[in-house]
Amino acid sequence: MAVAARSIHGTRRLKLQVFRTVVFVAAAVFFLVPIGAMVEFSTRGNSGQRTLEYWKEILAYPDMVQAIVASLELAAITSVVMLVLLVPTMVWVRLKLPRLSRIVEFVCLLPLTIPAIVLVVGLFPMYIWLGTNVSDSILTLALAYVVLVLPYCYRALDAGLGGIDVKTLSEAARSLGANWLDVMWRIIVPNISNAILNATLLSVALVLGEYTIANNLLYNNLQVELVHLGRANAGVSIAVAVASLLFAFVLLVVLAFIGARPRRMHRDPVAMLASPAVSSQK
Amino acid sequence: MKLGSLTRHLGVAALAWLLVAACGGSSGGGSASCSASAVKTATSASACGGLDALTAAAKAEGKLNVIALPRDWANYGAILDAFAAKYGITITSDNPDGSSQNEVDAVKQLSTTSRAPDVLDVGMAVALANTNLFAPYKVATWGDILDTQKESTGLWFQDYGGFMSIGYDSAKVPTITSIDDLKGAAFKGKVALNGNPKQANAALNGVMMASIANGGSLDDISKGVSFFKDLKKAGTFVPVQATTATVKNGTTPVVFDWDYLSAAHGKDVPTWKVFVPSSAILGGYYAQAINKNAPHPAAARLWEEYLYSDEGQNLWLKGLARPVRQAAMEKSGKIDKTAAAALPPVNGTPKFMSDAQATKAKDYLVANWDAAIA
Amino acid sequence: MIAAGNPAVATNVGRPLAGGRRFSLDWIGVVPFLAYAGLFLLLPSTIIALGAFVNADGAFTLENYQHLSRSYVVKSTVDTTVISAVTAVAGAILGALLSYAIVMGSPNGVLRRLVVSASGVLAQFGGVTLAFAFIASIGPAGFVYLFAQAHGFDYYTHGIWLFERTGLGLVYLYFQIPLMVLVFLPALDGIKPQWREATESLGGNTWHYWRHVAGPLLFPAFLGATLLLFANAFSAYATANALINQGQPMLSQQIGGALSSEVGAFEPGFAKAIAVEMIVIVTLVTVLYSLLQRRTSRWL
Repeated sequence: MAVAARSIHGTRRLKLQVFRTVVFVAAAVFFLVPIGAMVEFSTRGNSGQRTLEYWKEILAYPDMVQAIVASLELAAITSVVMLVLLVPTMVWVRLKLPRLSRIVEFVCLLPLTIPAIVLVVGLFPMYIWLGTNVSDSILTLALAYVVLVLPYCYRALDAGLGGIDVKTLSEAARSLGANWLDVMWRIIVPNISNAILNATLLSVALVLGEYTIANNLLYNNLQVELVHLGRANAGVSIAVAVASLLFAFVLLVVLAFIGARPRRMHRDPVAMLASPAVSSQK
Repeated sequence: MKLGSLTRHLGVAALAWLLVAACGGSSGGGSASCSASAVKTATSASACGGLDALTAAAKAEGKLNVIALPRDWANYGAILDAFAAKYGITITSDNPDGSSQNEVDAVKQLSTTSRAPDVLDVGMAVALANTNLFAPYKVATWGDILDTQKESTGLWFQDYGGFMSIGYDSAKVPTITSIDDLKGAAFKGKVALNGNPKQANAALNGVMMASIANGGSLDDISKGVSFFKDLKKAGTFVPVQATTATVKNGTTPVVFDWDYLSAAHGKDVPTWKVFVPSSAILGGYYAQAINKNAPHPAAARLWEEYLYSDEGQNLWLKGLARPVRQAAMEKSGKIDKTAAAALPPVNGTPKFMSDAQATKAKDYLVANWDAAIA
Repeated sequence: MIAAGNPAVATNVGRPLAGGRRFSLDWIGVVPFLAYAGLFLLLPSTIIALGAFVNADGAFTLENYQHLSRSYVVKSTVDTTVISAVTAVAGAILGALLSYAIVMGSPNGVLRRLVVSASGVLAQFGGVTLAFAFIASIGPAGFVYLFAQAHGFDYYTHGIWLFERTGLGLVYLYFQIPLMVLVFLPALDGIKPQWREATESLGGNTWHYWRHVAGPLLFPAFLGATLLLFANAFSAYATANALINQGQPMLSQQIGGALSSEVGAFEPGFAKAIAVEMIVIVTLVTVLYSLLQRRTSRWL
């Protein structure tokens, strides 16, 4: 029996490896070839020679730093507000108000059904009021961005919450004397850390890549400045696009490495009890 | 901004000039100065104490908001830089890819904030439909502009224009001498429009030019629509949006566009040529307007003065656009002769669509374009 | 000693009002979220919906909604729905496969983090530059096409499909698949390897595992992600506008035209009516999805 089990395991492992290789190679081709085309184009001079002049133009653009800083700040604010707003709400709905889950789900899908060009029309009155009474700063865009990231982050968090038994975990913790803050922060959050990370990555990527709303509200964020810069000539327009992708990618990799680190020892016995995933998947 | 000491010197010079002018009390309106309240309703520089007072008031404001002025459009990049350097005014340039409609929308929707656009550069259809948003103003060189090219009280006034052309990469397709050449097999999969004719001025005029060249007229755009329909069926016309990148990359080596915009491709593609069919010289001008509620009214008016000065007009000419004062400047000899010589040759009388004709064309397109191209 | 789950351990802090009905204070928990969404989402949406009832002079009118029956709008509605549905399902399946390949590797490994980060970036990559990336690679002047053509395989003999709906669908997959990976991966994380071992020790094979264990557990998340992909493609604008600028097949392009036309085809009320139509369609699809969820949770 043991021999048979081991050989099943063996062929399955081989099939899995083949599957993974095929999938990764296909994905690499599909996703990297277009980017390669862009890199090739952005380094092609007018007479067909290789040149870095378009890339150098990016560095020489004066308003770029300001735009990058603004976009990074927006990304940070948006992610934090989104997490603070969504995670407790979603946990609460799962525990106490399950009938509301469809409504929350629909509300979180709504921003995606309205194209940004129209949504900005509805946002104008709000932004005029904000501009005259509160602040004219570009950071007010974060308020709109939180709404934009809702669909994606809800989905990622929902998938993560679906994988753990929120009800049992929270009841166990509560019966052991934890208050709601403890339950959220020390039980639930560590168990959905991957989902939270994914939601954050989605949110940061969206904010860094957002163009329409910032542009129509006449704010100059990173993407708007890149479009400005790209108007200089064809090579620059593609060089800035690739640069923007690389920038976002590096940032997300950094976030992914920072964010996925805390999986060490849980000193808290309740938390240890509550995280079955930790022990098996190493 | 690379202003620094140059600005300071200019500033000191201007201040000195003002002091001299004020003390001397000499030419035109010496006593009235350009106060913040006066400049909001000033209908000309003289109504506000003269050009120098206006300049001083503009510098005091220190900022200018412009919208939908891409740097590679009719040499706007150089104009923005030159203005900022000359007067030390910081220009905030928003929404570079915006359409004329986006410009007036921004004026309407951001009306009370400090980010609203000060000045507008819009197509004629939008200008005529939104005069209630503009402040009347007559630049110093008002007399050089033809009556047909300006609104009588100064609500809008045309700035530059060009002719609808077919730009092409002579290295990839054969020389074009007539619009019918496009029906040839050498052009298969290579022809594109700049924008959608239901939305963009350049594209609408492109279809109209094709119509005129195929037996239609300013009142009849249907021949143009059927021309493009045939091209699409033959696989010649591609629906992709033509950009500088697609032109350089060779995907759209033939583009219908304004001649000054088309000529800009020359910096990416050295073999780019611009062809204006002699049987269909269709011209179009854009118009300037000042936002009635401009957050920086003095700077806005100074900007207009600059654009209509010889220097400003010549900068547009360098971008291969035809500035509205071209005829007057040729007479006075102030025109940049090298730039003028570089303009694509046009032999014949140009036609211009009237507002009614443009509306009729638009209505026909809205009803028929999508079905023809699909 | 009160154990968890005992009804004496009140999970509900409400006190019965006079009349015997329990008034739950649990609703307070969702107030922040609903307030925020109300202010920044529902309010703008209402402004848009109401704006569709107003004509150019500011008077009440139903003509904007009547214009929805214009032939090109109807065609656009069908095209948009079909493209969105196809790219949603295709993206979901392909993305699920890619997610599975990722999750079968080391959970804290470098490969996973790199792929997840790349997915984050690519899921938001779109517009003119994405269109150009495809134009520059497989387009009629792209190196892939030129290479293929040089070797006898001219794949544009029947027309340049890149600039048609087929091409648009392919380009959409470029951001649909990474989006699927990002939202579906957490669900796959919830699958424990012990379940596979348990299935096998009970005599089941791979088919049994997927059909009876992992499949039903993953299906709700899969369906929800597909719905997200559908809505994502449905409202995408810039990419479609760059690739198929003439004869615009997508509803979002019709909105863009009605909102930014500078030749006089400016119809803001109509644009808003189209937006309302889009909301209605996605709502219908969401209801369908909800029904499907409920049914499959019963018999899966």
